[in-house]
Amino acid sequence: MISANKHGFTLSKWRYLKQDIFLVSVWFSALLLAGIVIAIFGYIIINGIGAINWEFLTTPPREMMTKGGIMPAIVGTFYLTCGALLVALPLGVAAAIYLAEYAKDGSVVRFIRIMINCLAGVPSVVFGLFGLGFFVIFLGFGSSILAGSLTLGCIILPTIISASEEAIKSVPQTFREASLALGISKWQTIQKIVLPVALSGIMTGSVLSVGRAAGETAPIMFTAATFFTTQLPESIFDEVMALPYHIYVLATAGTYIEETRPLQYGAVLVLISLIFMINIGAILLRIYSRKNKRW
Amino acid sequence: MNEQPIISVRNVNFYYDSFHALKDISLDFAPNSVTALIGPSGCGKSTLLRLLNRMNDLIDKIRLEGEIIFEGKNIYDPGVDPVEVRKRIGMVFQKPNPFPKTIYKNISYAPKLSGVNNSDELDAVVEQSLRQAVLWDEVKDILNRSAMTLSGGQQQRLCIARALAMKPDIILMDEPTSALDPISTAKIEELIDELKKDYTIIIVTHNMQQAARVSDKTGFFYLGSLIEYDVTKKIFTMPQVKQTEDYITGRFG
Ligand SMILES: Nc1ncnc2c1ncn2[C@@H]1O[C@H](COP(=O)(O)OP(=O)(O)OP(=O)(O)O)[C@@H](O)[C@H]1O
Ligand SMILES: [Mg+2]
Repeated sequence: MISANKHGFTLSKWRYLKQDIFLVSVWFSALLLAGIVIAIFGYIIINGIGAINWEFLTTPPREMMTKGGIMPAIVGTFYLTCGALLVALPLGVAAAIYLAEYAKDGSVVRFIRIMINCLAGVPSVVFGLFGLGFFVIFLGFGSSILAGSLTLGCIILPTIISASEEAIKSVPQTFREASLALGISKWQTIQKIVLPVALSGIMTGSVLSVGRAAGETAPIMFTAATFFTTQLPESIFDEVMALPYHIYVLATAGTYIEETRPLQYGAVLVLISLIFMINIGAILLRIYSRKNKRW
Repeated sequence: MNEQPIISVRNVNFYYDSFHALKDISLDFAPNSVTALIGPSGCGKSTLLRLLNRMNDLIDKIRLEGEIIFEGKNIYDPGVDPVEVRKRIGMVFQKPNPFPKTIYKNISYAPKLSGVNNSDELDAVVEQSLRQAVLWDEVKDILNRSAMTLSGGQQQRLCIARALAMKPDIILMDEPTSALDPISTAKIEELIDELKKDYTIIIVTHNMQQAARVSDKTGFFYLGSLIEYDVTKKIFTMPQVKQTEDYITGRFG
């Protein structure tokens, strides 16, 4: 009895040790990851915080962009991302409804799914060139908020489709059955039961994708962004400044690259804070919707 | 009991893909009565129930032979809209499944979408349905609370009220009390007895006492066939077929 116990004890000790090694390595990876994020953020904050003030956020650039603020770029990025969402959300949700509720597994649907996955893997500069060729030139929108929003919309479309399909599929089948059994049509059931329940999931995915759209440079470079303007856009056919492109310009194309470093870091800090806030928003949305789920 | 049946199943064979789930079933359901469907797990009770309001339409690769006649018409005729069938033949499920909405909206949901827009009228439907389901006194002060906060038994009565709000002719119940405690079960059984005055009820149950208590007629199914169908008293006191007797006395196996 005693020896058996002893044997068991040493065995489990070894098991505990293995578990500990595993835990430490997992913990270390997590720490490393957090460290990298903190390092990047810290570096940007240290270099950029000095440039941030009220004037920086609320005025246009001055003196060959060596002075002044980035207000037109903030506004432009806001318009472009909202536009992208306006384009991609209805389209993406409609596609997701089709895929989740109507599509039967067949070769056509499989083809559509493969295409959506391909779309998600296309490099963003390719979208930029497509936007230039199709929206800017072929459809004649010119370099404009409209063309840029449509291009960004294409980029976030696959993310929105997948997130929405996921959300729609996670709505319990019993809700659909309950509604259909009352003599309510399938389409009304989707509108009145499925979509409201799936809404928070759809929104979470969409908000995350907006975070991505806000940071893209290549797609708007040829389709919407302008080098410099002090004017705010008056219609969707106007060009705008945009944060990522502004940073790119300041850092690579100006005559005063070194002198404008603080402004560059300031703009980066603003952009990254924006994206950070958007992601926090998405996380809060997710926590909130989890709390309200009780089935 | 030789009234005109409200719904009759005629020579029905039903297949899930290649699986023959119902074998040449024929039976009539009398109006304003309770019919119990009993039988061991997998014998096809739910399948038959879901055929009666075309809920099986949702499943792929199914095949039906035979007819189900409701008001003189085969509900599987090509011209029949399953949505209209389900308005007349409601259903209550095994697990209570209220919508994640308020108590009020759970009841008003279907009438509203079917064209009742007047808010007084909706209020009246909600109150009447909840009263019929003997839930009104418990929830009349919390109509705007989420239905998810109710107990399981209350949720199931809410689901019954929700079905009643469409004023159907027939209510199908698939093991409506199997997820409930004895007190909630007793309440629902009383309720079924009460509802029989205005509705036709078809109930699937695994509980022999329940079938004996609430039903007027009982059908015993085994492996997709209707073995015996008769007045409940007769089924439980002198069944004609040995399999039925074995099943109701618990000697099955
Ligand atoms: N969607 C389906 N696809 C394929 N086969 C199915 C499907 N639903 C049920 N079946 C099969 O049909 C048979 C009858 O099922 P049904 O659900 O009608 O049984 P039941 O009598 O209601 O059983 P229980 O008492 O367990 O609810 C079972 O053998 C089951 O495996
Ligand atoms: Mg069943």
